[in-house]
Amino acid sequence: MHPTRAPVPLVSLFLVFFRVGLFSFGGGLSGWIYREVVTLRGWMSDDDFFSGLALSQILPGANVTNLSVYIGQRLRGPVGSVCALTGLVIGPFFAVIALATAYAQIAAMPWIQDAMTGAAAAAIGLLLVVALKGAYSASRRLVPFLILMATFVAVGLLQWPLVPVALGLAPVSIAFAWWKASSDA
Amino acid sequence: MRENVLWSLIVVFVPFSLVSIGGGPSIFAGIQHQSVEVYHWVTAREFVDLFAIARAAPGPGSMLVTLLGWKVAGWTGAIVATLALFIPSSLLCYGVTKMWNHYRGRHWHTALESGLAPIGAGLILAGVFAVFRIAGAGILSWAVAGVAAAILAWRPTLNPLILLAGGAAAFAIWHGMVPL
Repeated sequence: MHPTRAPVPLVSLFLVFFRVGLFSFGGGLSGWIYREVVTLRGWMSDDDFFSGLALSQILPGANVTNLSVYIGQRLRGPVGSVCALTGLVIGPFFAVIALATAYAQIAAMPWIQDAMTGAAAAAIGLLLVVALKGAYSASRRLVPFLILMATFVAVGLLQWPLVPVALGLAPVSIAFAWWKASSDA
Repeated sequence: MRENVLWSLIVVFVPFSLVSIGGGPSIFAGIQHQSVEVYHWVTAREFVDLFAIARAAPGPGSMLVTLLGWKVAGWTGAIVATLALFIPSSLLCYGVTKMWNHYRGRHWHTALESGLAPIGAGLILAGVFAVFRIAGAGILSWAVAGVAAAILAWRPTLNPLILLAGGAAAFAIWHGMVPL
């Protein structure tokens, strides 16, 4: 895959996803994964990540578990997928049960819920950075930028179902990329 | 009896795994129907509590099924339910990903990849809005998210835990001073 680069150690792969899984509150998981895998470690490129993310969303299953399978496979094959997925899920598995056990006590302390809402809001900030990063890299060309905006408006603002929107826009976007690559070559 | 319960968990969650297109939210209604009305694993009230717990806890929101399994059959139930929901979709994803990466470098693959990238980025942007809408977020949530994003854009390598702690503190202090 990367003949010039040493393979990513399986332990690192596991630990990165373990950390992401355990500390990601409120749905900012793709943002964390982007930060760990692309920004900090340079394990894959922007295009590699975002196209994997689109695949993860189109396929059935939780987006982040699919994304971890994708990244694990890309970096280390089947064992990589197992490491990334296990790392991602094992922390939350225990955390969610611990939280359920303590739920009655926690419900009596409203400030804890406030604090968790606050942490979740900050996590969305993380996701926002990734979204803007993707928007920035798409905005260097007009058509990809329009595709991005169309996706956002249809799914985010109009609340159209995700899969038909993605499948409808994909042929246009891919045809443009094909044409662009041919005319650049 | 216990085996029957574990078997029911598998029978219910495996199909949900394979139809959960677009992630967890697309199947929550169906899971509620099965576990409250069909199998009577939990009451409607308990389901809402478990849903809230799964959302508050770290990890994917679909860890809700872990809690359902745990409620019904303890640790074994939790493990069986989690595997039933995550393994089928992950195997499918693995197959697609393997094919996808196998053809890396081909002209059409490059076109597919750069064609899908803006859609992935647009979906993330939409996801930011969706999370806020579901949470019924107020102005403070947006402010915290905006400040966190600005700090991260300025210092990309900053540990996000610091931001999470800051967001948590901002909310706790705000609500402490301004009673709802």
